[in-house]
Amino acid sequence: MNEMDDLTSSRFSDMPLRQSRWVGILGWAAFLAMVGAQAVGFALSRPERDMGHLQKILYVHVPVAWAMMIAYFMVFVASILYLMRRKERYDLFAAASAEVGVVLTALTLVLGSIWARPTWGVWWTWDPRLTTSAILLVIFAGYLALRSYTEDADRRARWSAAVGILGFLNVIIVYQSVRWWRSIHQVQSSPSTVDPSYALSLRLNAIAVLLVLAYLVARRYHAARLERVAESRMEVAALGEGGAHV
Amino acid sequence: MSTVSSGGRRIGLVVGLVVVLCGFAYLLYGGIGENLVYFVTPTELLDKGEAAYDAPVRLGGQVAPGTVRWDAEALDLRFAITDGENTIQVHSTGAPPQMFRDGIGVIVEGRYTRDGVFESTNLMVKHSNEYRPPAEGHPPSEMYRSLIREGES
Repeated sequence: MNEMDDLTSSRFSDMPLRQSRWVGILGWAAFLAMVGAQAVGFALSRPERDMGHLQKILYVHVPVAWAMMIAYFMVFVASILYLMRRKERYDLFAAASAEVGVVLTALTLVLGSIWARPTWGVWWTWDPRLTTSAILLVIFAGYLALRSYTEDADRRARWSAAVGILGFLNVIIVYQSVRWWRSIHQVQSSPSTVDPSYALSLRLNAIAVLLVLAYLVARRYHAARLERVAESRMEVAALGEGGAHV
Repeated sequence: MSTVSSGGRRIGLVVGLVVVLCGFAYLLYGGIGENLVYFVTPTELLDKGEAAYDAPVRLGGQVAPGTVRWDAEALDLRFAITDGENTIQVHSTGAPPQMFRDGIGVIVEGRYTRDGVFESTNLMVKHSNEYRPPAEGHPPSEMYRSLIREGES
């Protein structure tokens, strides 16, 4: 099974267990960008003609939804790479991206719901965009559950790669749902439908959320590697040095 | 490790992938788009003829300008929904969402009665994808409050 584990091979003890200094810097950059984006959003953009200040929720809701789709795209690519090359790092990267994706999906739904109550008049309705987004959350929550219930690392990696690839198809459905079907959710805005003063705040938030995404994935990826090292050391301790690779 | 041969597993994987891709293609190009309808327009509802009456349905369109009658005492709201071709009278109770106004997109849940009035149990406002500041000198709309003031006067 030498195709499988980079980490459980004899090289794993040389692997750096400390996280790069750059990740900490990335975290601070994400934090400052987030604060700056909100400051600009509140200071520079006027209340929207229909929504008033409610519109500021969309400065975060929309970029978080974009970042969620990027996170699932990373799951998709890493899962394909895993199935092609069988390197454990791709599996761990997919898992880290999926974890962040689930958090971002939940945040998208919560922010959207808070915005919808005063705008649409309801917290939730089974419109195509909302329904497919809820399904997306369930699929990737299931992906994480599948991982935690599958003990064999090799099998866990293969099964979750399959779920990760198929689950990504639903991201495309979520994105297109407002165009394919009638919905209460508005279709994607474009620079021509958004006032320039609002577009600035939206873009700053998009940058900030992207930094948050990169930071969280880097942290979770590192944590996943540490967990794998701990897991294989426990196997070694339980089975003895000779039994670890059976 | 596993009793299933890797060849058998691969065939299973390929079959699974083909099934899922076919399902996806069906979603994309098949008839599901036509059957998955979140709301109907006034024209579509009227086209149903007899079947339109007393069945739970969502009706969507624009609030026909000048048709809004709001009784703040009784929390009673009447207006008409139009899709440009046909118009249906709507009756709703309770305060409408803050953004409800003449000309905005709305979706109502309820039943079309034989009196020719749609009895709404739930009124939702649809916001477009346009985001603009109010015109100079106009405060951002809070139609809900102005509707109440209108009803009181």
